[in-house]
Amino acid sequence: MTLTIQDARELVGDALLRIVPDADLDALPDDAPFRDELELDSLDFLSFVELLSTGSGRRIDEDDYASLRTMRDCVAFLSG
Amino acid sequence: MAEFRMPSLGADMDEGTVIEWLVQPGDTVHKGDPVAVVDTDKAAIEVETFAGGTIGKLLVPVGERVQVGTPLATIDSSTEVGSVPVPRAPAAGSAAVEAPTAPEPSAAPAAELPAPEPSAAPARGAGEAGRVKASPYARKLARALGIDLGTVPATGQRGLITSQDVRRFAETTPPANGRRDTSLSAPAAPKPAAPTVSAPPTTPGVPAPPIRRAARHVVQRSQRGTIARLMARAGREIPHYYLSTTVDLAAAVGWLTRTNRELPVTERLVPAALLLKATALAARRHPELNGYWTDDEFRPADQVHLGVAISLRGGGLVAPALHDADALPVRDLMAALRDLVERARSGRLRRAEMTDATITITNLGDQGVESVHGIVYPPQVALVGAGRVVERPWAVNGLLGVRPCQTLTLAADHRATDGFTGGRFLTTIDHLLQTPEEL
Repeated sequence: MTLTIQDARELVGDALLRIVPDADLDALPDDAPFRDELELDSLDFLSFVELLSTGSGRRIDEDDYASLRTMRDCVAFLSG
Repeated sequence: MAEFRMPSLGADMDEGTVIEWLVQPGDTVHKGDPVAVVDTDKAAIEVETFAGGTIGKLLVPVGERVQVGTPLATIDSSTEVGSVPVPRAPAAGSAAVEAPTAPEPSAAPAAELPAPEPSAAPARGAGEAGRVKASPYARKLARALGIDLGTVPATGQRGLITSQDVRRFAETTPPANGRRDTSLSAPAAPKPAAPTVSAPPTTPGVPAPPIRRAARHVVQRSQRGTIARLMARAGREIPHYYLSTTVDLAAAVGWLTRTNRELPVTERLVPAALLLKATALAARRHPELNGYWTDDEFRPADQVHLGVAISLRGGGLVAPALHDADALPVRDLMAALRDLVERARSGRLRRAEMTDATITITNLGDQGVESVHGIVYPPQVALVGAGRVVERPWAVNGLLGVRPCQTLTLAADHRATDGFTGGRFLTTIDHLLQTPEEL
């Protein structure tokens, strides 16, 4: 299922906040890689993918991870 | 009448604070049940009882800092056959490793010890499932989350509901607002108010999130102080030697990619899972590196409890153990690792996890560094370090290729082993990673 841009953005934001509860998402540029900015490790990233997959109802494969590096990537991927 | 005492949760601990009671007077407990949460300056740790019976008096209020060995509660064990008196904790500051007094819980990740004879705890008022079999902690959790125990599917032995069952149920069912606070679990000043479990705003279609007990505001200075003392001691006492090797991970990465393609995202593996398994197996094959240096001699451990260094958000470091890591299938090890990291950062660790590690691994690859030369955690004698998986030009059978490679290091106590043994250990890890399907 495809999300609207707004829904995709909210889903990504919610997922990030669940993993890094004190993240300041407003200060996160759209093109900043999450893993560096929020210091996500591989397990955090896996949880993130899990939340996106559940929230959007679509399967996300490992090959797609490269398309999930930044907010812009994620929104494009989920609403595309 | 047995006493439940403030346990020693590490060689560097001489005092602790009860930050939450998980039981109340009159509750029935079994050996191995968590009864209190203790703050040790490192983390909040669930402490289990070594004696079964009925909780008598709670002797120490929440928030009071007491010495290791101080009686915290009385347990009337006449109701339990074959209970053991509570062992005296070792003298404060002694570096002796506490021999586990209770048989180790099984390595099933995060499973509560099933009670041998689950007997229903006395019913405590309306809305409490009095006849439902549940561990005291599961009851408490259910109460805190406003969950009717009667509606929770049980997975424990003989239909016992474990805290895991409650957590799982809570994840799929939004908590009701009927949260009831017990006065006992209210933290005393100057602790911050106990985090209530509330459902964050959820996007339509997103299930309720896992329960996150918001981390306490760790007193940064005291936590840093704890790490500082331990590391200073390691630096003073342990003559380290360091080894390093670079491992070709092409086989491992290829196997992971193929395996993960078949798996739902919840069960996918990360390279660290293979590395943990290979390290645990290597520790089993090289017992000289798996155990403790105490009283001027090395004592090998019977089991491999792999400590995993976990960085806490907002600073700090803990290295809890994955029990019997060498015996767990990779998938189970992965699940156990995820559970451990989750609890270290936002929930609670258990006493045994904090005290049982026989060898430790630190994986800083996610932080982008290529190698890490660590410091051994006393009284252990070896620490494995892993860096980032990087694509490198690599010679294979006389041809040059590009391979994913990882630099593994060993920091070890030269009193216990020599470089020869350490080198064989690292080589074993390398060999094991070449056949990932057999891990």
